[in-house]
Amino acid sequence: MRLTVRLFAFFRDGRFRERECDYPEGTTVREIITSLGIDPGEVGVIMLNSRHCSQDQVVHQGDKLAIFPVIGGG
Amino acid sequence: MADRIFRINMTELTTSIEEVPADWMGHGGRGLTSTIVAAEVEPTCHPLGAKNKLVIAPGLLSGTVAANSGRISCGAKSPLTGTIKEANAGGTAAQMLARLGCKAIIIEGQPREDRWYSILIDEEDVTISEETDLVGKGNFAVVEEAGRRFGDRHGIITIGPAGEMKMLAANISIKDPDGKLRSCGRGGLGAVLGAKRVKFIAIAPTDAKVEIADPEKFREANRVFTKALVDNPISQALGTYGTNVLVNIINEAGALPTRNFSAGQFDGHEKISGETMHDIIVERDGRPKHNCHPGCVIQCSQIYNDKDRKYKTSGFEYESIWAMGADCCVDNLDLIAEADHLMDDIGIDTIETSVAMGVAMEAGVLEFGDGEGICRILREEIAAGTPLGRIIGCGAGSVGRAFGVTRVPVVKNQAIPAYDPRAVKGIGITYATSTQGADHTMGYTIATNILGVGGNIDPLGKEGQVELSRNLQIATAAIDSTGMCLFIAFAALDDATCLPALVDMINARYGISLTADDVTSLGKTILKTERAFNQAAGFTSRDDRLPEFFREEPLPPHNVVWDMTDEEIDAFWDFS
Repeated sequence: MRLTVRLFAFFRDGRFRERECDYPEGTTVREIITSLGIDPGEVGVIMLNSRHCSQDQVVHQGDKLAIFPVIGGG
Repeated sequence: MADRIFRINMTELTTSIEEVPADWMGHGGRGLTSTIVAAEVEPTCHPLGAKNKLVIAPGLLSGTVAANSGRISCGAKSPLTGTIKEANAGGTAAQMLARLGCKAIIIEGQPREDRWYSILIDEEDVTISEETDLVGKGNFAVVEEAGRRFGDRHGIITIGPAGEMKMLAANISIKDPDGKLRSCGRGGLGAVLGAKRVKFIAIAPTDAKVEIADPEKFREANRVFTKALVDNPISQALGTYGTNVLVNIINEAGALPTRNFSAGQFDGHEKISGETMHDIIVERDGRPKHNCHPGCVIQCSQIYNDKDRKYKTSGFEYESIWAMGADCCVDNLDLIAEADHLMDDIGIDTIETSVAMGVAMEAGVLEFGDGEGICRILREEIAAGTPLGRIIGCGAGSVGRAFGVTRVPVVKNQAIPAYDPRAVKGIGITYATSTQGADHTMGYTIATNILGVGGNIDPLGKEGQVELSRNLQIATAAIDSTGMCLFIAFAALDDATCLPALVDMINARYGISLTADDVTSLGKTILKTERAFNQAAGFTSRDDRLPEFFREEPLPPHNVVWDMTDEEIDAFWDFS
């Protein structure tokens, strides 16, 4: 199945900003994070289709996944 | 040097240095400005008349070596909102005033004649002088000329043409360590200083130090505190991308107010994002990391150069970039930087003015996306004080009334900042209940609603939002009294060593023994003092409401409306 993965801040360094990726059915967000060489402990916020989700969330065909490190501002 | 109150009477053109009343001793920063305004200003007075007072106060820890303790608070009755107001900024003034033994400056009265003045504060005295050369000049010219007159080490507090013309979005600017500007931005306090006919205040450097009751305890607490700030991953990201790192995450959450608050996502978000800004800064030999006051270890400021690698602006903040960017649909960072620089020079709040531009775009005054038009209006209308410039320079509410626009994002007539309350309910509670009109910094629920700091509360749900906003507003009122930058809160919310170290520093500075509960009580007392002032000025719970359109116009992409009931909002004040 195919979904869009978007990375932000320093997660983009040496990786990508946005990419269409293929993963098997039943893949979790954590598995995607690990497959990208990102330490799950460094992840601050994950949004699936613009809603917050956990790393245990299973993704589906056509989803848009956004992965952010720990960031803040204001 | 013992702390004193410096009182400046602009009616009589006299100054006095007074003992600090016992009731004010435990206060600093916002707690002190609000306490003094509540004690000495008639709540029903005209904010631009002789009865209003402008109070300037360093924080409880300002002037010490405590990390991030260089914020200065300005307070008065706001001409924009009609409420009590405090706005704080970095720069060098807080630390310099504290070292001169200044607990607060109170500027009262109003000159009878059509003359302008400057004020010089040094180790000997407070002196009022007539000012002619700098009248009508921008803030950068004030800093430059003051440098020639007094030397580059003097601190400067100044207003630009917007403050002189008493525009309700006028800010008060503070010179930073590089001779650039930081702003006490919100609520039109520059107009209050303009109404007092004070163009600028110069503060002489001193070798004096603030007294520390227990230096050893202070040093140790500061070591722990500084480590908590430096180790915090949010501090590290702020030093790399600045506050503008938020553009992409708030856009992703569908809460980035776009096209005058008619959508929650902006197609041009990548072009104005913190990531893009970082790359531009590096490519043009600017500085991604920069401190707005000495002793800051987070360094969220930056120096943004133009295409010729020349300085364009610094302190290029998310709120300013969002407002001119997404809200006005301008996707060109260079034009936004130009407008930011112009607003610094004119001395006008980037949030209020840019949201006002968005309302003006809806009214057809200029097209959405017209960044050149924004710069033109700033130069030719606002700086020149034309009728259109004054309408926009008096804020979003002013533009809405002048042009008959109904989608006007204000609470208590102050522009709503960079998070749509329909898609982040907690911040809507803060906008509605804040004692100072819509202001994200009063209770930054984005931390927990969006960023996962201090827990997680679904931004679209109603559950827990009132309590979240209440707890953060209480904590913020206390932090704003210390002279600390509010960004210490990110460490404080998730690192158990941070807040106790802060309390230890206050205790070591003054030889007292506050507990964490005492600090919470301080925050509650400040909120209640501010609310009582507003109630005496005529405000009721009916003013704690968001504009009608938030209930009626669903915000894409989540297609949500503001659905917190009046009873739910009013429960905010159920605390003792």
